[in-house]
Amino acid sequence: MNHTLSVLVEDKPGVLARVSSLLARRGFNIHSLAVGPSHEEGMSKMTIVVDAPELEQVKKQLHKLINVVKITELDPTLSLEREIMLVRVSAAPGRRSEILEIASIFKAISVDVGQNSICFQVTGDPAKINDFLDLVRPYGIIDLVKSGRVAISRDVKGKQSRLRAVN
Amino acid sequence: MSKISGAQALIQALEHEGVDVMFGVPGGAILPAYDPLLDSPIRHVLARHEQGAGHMAEGYAWATGRVGVCIATSGPGATNLVTPLADALIDSVPVVAITGQVPTSSVGNDAFQEAYTVGITMPATKHNYFVTNAAEISDTVHEAFHIASTGRPGPVLIDIPKDILNAQTEWRIPAELNLPGYKPTSEGHPRRIREAIEMIAAAERPVLYVGGGAIKANAAEEVRRFAELSGVPVTTTLMGRGAFPDSHPLSMGMPGMHGTYTAITAIQKADVLVSVGARFDDRVTGNPKFFAPHARVIHIDVDPAEIGKVRVPEIPIVGDARRVLLQLIEAWGERETPDRSAWQDTIRTWQRNHPLRYEQRPDGPIKPQFVVEELYRITGGDATVVSGVGQHQMWASQFWKFENPRRWINSGGLGTMGFAVPAAIGAKTGMPDDLVYAIDGDGCFQMTFQELITAATDNIPVKIAVMNNGVHGMVTQWQRLFYNGRYSGSQLGNKVDYVKLAEALGCAGLRAETPDEVAPTIEKSLAINDRPVVVEFVVDPEEMVFPMVPAGGSNDDVILGPSERIISPASDLP
Repeated sequence: MNHTLSVLVEDKPGVLARVSSLLARRGFNIHSLAVGPSHEEGMSKMTIVVDAPELEQVKKQLHKLINVVKITELDPTLSLEREIMLVRVSAAPGRRSEILEIASIFKAISVDVGQNSICFQVTGDPAKINDFLDLVRPYGIIDLVKSGRVAISRDVKGKQSRLRAVN
Repeated sequence: MSKISGAQALIQALEHEGVDVMFGVPGGAILPAYDPLLDSPIRHVLARHEQGAGHMAEGYAWATGRVGVCIATSGPGATNLVTPLADALIDSVPVVAITGQVPTSSVGNDAFQEAYTVGITMPATKHNYFVTNAAEISDTVHEAFHIASTGRPGPVLIDIPKDILNAQTEWRIPAELNLPGYKPTSEGHPRRIREAIEMIAAAERPVLYVGGGAIKANAAEEVRRFAELSGVPVTTTLMGRGAFPDSHPLSMGMPGMHGTYTAITAIQKADVLVSVGARFDDRVTGNPKFFAPHARVIHIDVDPAEIGKVRVPEIPIVGDARRVLLQLIEAWGERETPDRSAWQDTIRTWQRNHPLRYEQRPDGPIKPQFVVEELYRITGGDATVVSGVGQHQMWASQFWKFENPRRWINSGGLGTMGFAVPAAIGAKTGMPDDLVYAIDGDGCFQMTFQELITAATDNIPVKIAVMNNGVHGMVTQWQRLFYNGRYSGSQLGNKVDYVKLAEALGCAGLRAETPDEVAPTIEKSLAINDRPVVVEFVVDPEEMVFPMVPAGGSNDDVILGPSERIISPASDLP
């Protein structure tokens, strides 16, 4: 089962290696890992999607790393998850318009157009990206790259009822 | 401020942490650090192999409770430290290792004696550092000692490139620690403490299961006080031997694969199991599905990751063993000690009916258990016992009566053969007035005996009893029990003359070949104090360790002796 963790770490050399090696050696599968600067000076934020039957051990083992400062498990219903994908789709001149039509529904941006292909940039939650992919797959996917997933918790103060309504 | 080299800053920083001895082997990349060492009060013990230096640092830390320090050069020097680092990690031994590294400009170029030390040792240390600036040395050393010695103790490695050791810097007192991600919990949660007291007070068949964490936390006194207050019988694990006196009426000895029938069975029948600094290791639990099946568990551990890892406790208490026991003692307050006479009678019956046993025939070969008992009798138990890994380790743990903490040193979690000789040297270095007597096997001894040259040269008079049965004993035992007696690769032979070998290494060598020679030979070994002594005991190669719960089996099925039929449980457990 996949769990999303938001992990605040000290921005020290080797910290990514420490985290990934620890997860590997304890037998937890990393589904996705994205890392970048955080809002705090000297700290980085990692979003880790980890496949583990039981998350408690993952969190406790991660906490043993000296450079790990804070671990938050993100509940998918109370957080926002985003990925970015660049995908080059085969597009002979005669089929461009139908592909672009699909793209516009998904707010996918065409970032590079060639003689026989279009490269789209799609951002959004992982489900949306996968839906887009399913729709363009029949045209032929030439190349594809996805960022790791990033996630942030929602500000739920006073919004409980509304959120429940949304979900 | 006057300029000093990074190397001088390193030595000064080690002095600042109170280091009195380092165990090491010099080499190219670490050479700059060895020069100021000559002018320092820190003693350097020149090991003959870096693995020896690492185990010496461990033995020192075990015996003294202080951080053990080892030092090595880059590449092979550092990789040779990996085994002792992994050993120290799994057994929670506070060690700081300093390694030289090729100059920064050569890092990553496959330079001479280059290895990626920080990467290689990452999973073998509690934390490690790669120093890139000489000005950071004193802070890094200070952090390393703090991390190694606090929380759940463990090894920390500092890798320093040669150019950083040679760079000019200024000495400064280490800054205040800035470790936002490292805040070990020491006090137990008060509500959990109250719940634990209620559960223990109401228990009918409680057991205190005390591990190495009680030794590391210096909690032996508090274990005894709480056991007496609450009237709970105590079992001490291989790592926890000495945390509770074996002579105490509440003591049941060691649990686990080769534990006493009483300790194993008491846990199986317990209704409340109080774990203090123990981690439900597979050598204790056997198949965890069948371990302590009736017990509600109170798990006290300084490392939150140990709680619930193997067994989900009813009451988890994160905290330092000593502090939590003090809280429990305080919370117990004026309560009466519950009447546990029925439980205690049951335990005494088991003890009477199923004591540890072996048979020493006067005209037969020497039984290794007899050697341990004679050593204990003649030294009056006043010795630090150090062992390697295998049959001799189990016999030493079973038949010695441990009364005090830090007098039993061995490799538990990693099971590192060859641990005893260097660890004994480290222990003796730290506690020069204590008698340090290693009980080793011939297989283990042959892995690291070259360190006796260190002991002889540096005047560290340890004593090593070598139980010579000519085989890797535990492997042979398993082959006999589970592989139809097919002794593949486990027979060492008897080509070594240990007396001559000892003398060649600068030690005294003695030998006992018959039971009546055992006591006089031990007496002789105790009379020699001007050099290390190796005593070879030619012991019965047929002897096996019992009781035994085969790996992966249920602790309900204790095999008491060789006459019982043994079936290896089909299991994927180690």
